Order: sequence, then structure tokens, then C-alpha cells
Amino acid sequence: MLVTQPQGPRAIQPFAPPTKLDERPARQALLGQVERLEAELSSLFMSVWPRKGFEMGVAGLGGGPRMLTLAELECLRDDLAEKVEDARRSLSDRTYVEEKHRRRIEEMLLEPEKHKWVRVGNEDIGEPGCKHWHVTPRWGILGMLLNWWRVKISSGCPLAT
Amino acid sequence: MADPDLQQGWVDAELAEEFPELAVWHTGVETGSGRSPDFVRERLRRLSNRITGGHVIHMRQDPVPWAYRVFWRQVGIDPDTDRTPVEQIALDRLKWGGLRSRNLLDDAITIATLETGVPVVAFDSAKVGEQIGLRLTGEHEELGGSGRPLSSRQIVIADEDNTLAVLTGEVAEERGVTPQTTSMVLASVQVKGVPMISIEEALWTVVDTLVR
Repeated sequence: MLVTQPQGPRAIQPFAPPTKLDERPARQALLGQVERLEAELSSLFMSVWPRKGFEMGVAGLGGGPRMLTLAELECLRDDLAEKVEDARRSLSDRTYVEEKHRRRIEEMLLEPEKHKWVRVGNEDIGEPGCKHWHVTPRWGILGMLLNWWRVKISSGCPLAT
Repeated sequence: MADPDLQQGWVDAELAEEFPELAVWHTGVETGSGRSPDFVRERLRRLSNRITGGHVIHMRQDPVPWAYRVFWRQVGIDPDTDRTPVEQIALDRLKWGGLRSRNLLDDAITIATLETGVPVVAFDSAKVGEQIGLRLTGEHEELGGSGRPLSSRQIVIADEDNTLAVLTGEVAEERGVTPQTTSMVLASVQVKGVPMISIEEALWTVVDTLVR
């Protein structure tokens, strides 16, 4: 015997079906991105050294070593990406200025009289140490009067006292 | 000396799914700690001379220290604040001007970690169970069973009953090695990018230094 369902309005389920969203692909992608960004940050750190004044830290999330939630992973990825971008931009700006200083040193060596009293240090060209190039008059006052200028290159850091 | 008998510990399913290459290896050694003999102090001195500022800066791009650095980051730790063990040892060397000898076990771990980049932790084998592994903490757990409270879902080294150490190296006081310890369990956590040979070498170095 054929039993037919009464033809009434279909019941609407008030709740979503009890299935759990599979976060694994998203989590793996985020972990991979964190790994790549950390590599980039490390690489930038190496490029930056020995320059000072770069902020490259990304704060931990607290609570010890643990499995992060998807939202925390996203937040970590975003923070790392932002820090990498900032560091890259700052390094680019700094190297541009350093390049100008290097060019200036060459010009100072070629025509010291056009760069009177200019002093450029190793720090200005992104190098470690205390060496500096300083345009000074040869033979003091006489050199100033006769326009005899030269570049004095310091021998390094002062001795510790 | 014969190679130590390494055993692979268990890894909680959820953790293994998230980090498929995460593993913990452990081995036993029938000895205690104590004062470091001269040859160990000498080895520390020689190691210390190899560490320079440039070496420490470049360390973060060496494959094994870098692998732990990435893992630290992936589990929510800032490796520039809570350093990986090898970076911490190297920085301490720069700060103190040398590697300080503390006791035989700590010195052996320092040597192994610096040589391989792999962190090693040690437990008193009389105070830990047979099955050592990695898992996530539940609600209201304490380090070692009665130590400081741990937040939930932390990654810990544990045995069948208790948490033994936090992943970053903090060992539960009541499970750690004491002057009365006569045999210990050494464990190392392997993360993605760390070859098995580094783990073997790290554990072998500690055992070799302890029993020589």
C-alpha cells in the first residue's frame, strides 16, 4: 500500500546541521605563512645588522607554548607580515641614505675643497666600527686661507680608558 | 661508547595533526649528575671560544636553530623574548664572557645543545613513567602534578600520569634530576626541519659526557 505524506508546508529547521567546520587546510596554510614570514624576518635581521634603531620584534601571544586558535594564527600572521613590511621599508630608506653618504665620500675624496668640514662616519654608511672621513684644512689656518683641503680618515675606535 | 637506545615517544593526535613532523625522543642513562670533571670544563671553555657576536647573529639562519625558532613562533612564543635554548646559551656566553660550569648534567646539556642546536631535557627516571610523550594540557593542570598551574592547551612533555616539562624546557621540580638521582631519562623534541641525526647526536653527546 502506498503511503503518502500529507502535503503541507515543509518544516524549517531552526538550527544549522551539527557539522564541524574543517579548519585544517586553513591552519596548515597559516602555519606555512608564519614559517615563510619568520624566514623573511630573520633574513631582514641579518641584512639590518649592524645598523641600529630597527624594531623587528613581534610579541608572543602569552599563555606559554600552545596550539593557537585560527583567529590567533591569523593575528600572528598579520603582525609578522606588517613587521616584515615595516622592516623592509625602513631598511630600504636607510640604504638609500647610506648610498648617498658613500657617494659623498667619493666626492669628498675627489674634491675636498667643495666639502669643507664635512664628516661622514661608518655608521652613516651602515658599517660597524668608528672609522670616519673628515674634510679638514692642510696646515691649519694656512690651508684655510689658501684653500688647501684634504680628507682625514680616522684609524678606528678610540682606545678604552 | 655504544649509541644510546633511542625510543620514540607518543604524540597526542590533535598535536600530530597540527604538526605532523613533531616528535619526542628519549633514552635512559644509568648515572647521576654531580660536579663537572676537568675535561668537561675544558670542553666548555673551548666551545665558549668558538662563539662570537657574529656567530650568534648568524645562528638564527642555521637550519636547526631556525627550525626551533619557527616552531616557537608557531606555538605563540616570541623567540626574541623567550629564546630557544641554543640562542639563550649563546647569548649568555656573550653576556658572561664564557660558559659557566654548573654541574655535570647541565654542562653536558649545554655542550650538546650548542653542538647540535637541539634542546635536551632530563628527568629522574624514578619519578617519571614509562611512556613519555607530547600532549596538550587540559583544564586546571599543574606542572609535574603539583607545581605551578598551567594554562589549558599548552604543549607539554608528559608521562602516563603527569606533565613533566613545558615544551620550552621548564622541567617540573619534582620530576627533575637532583643530587640523589642515580638514573635519568633524557628527552629531545624534534620539530619540522630538524634531521634525525641531530637528535641522535644531541642525546648521544649528553650520554657520552655523563658516563665518560
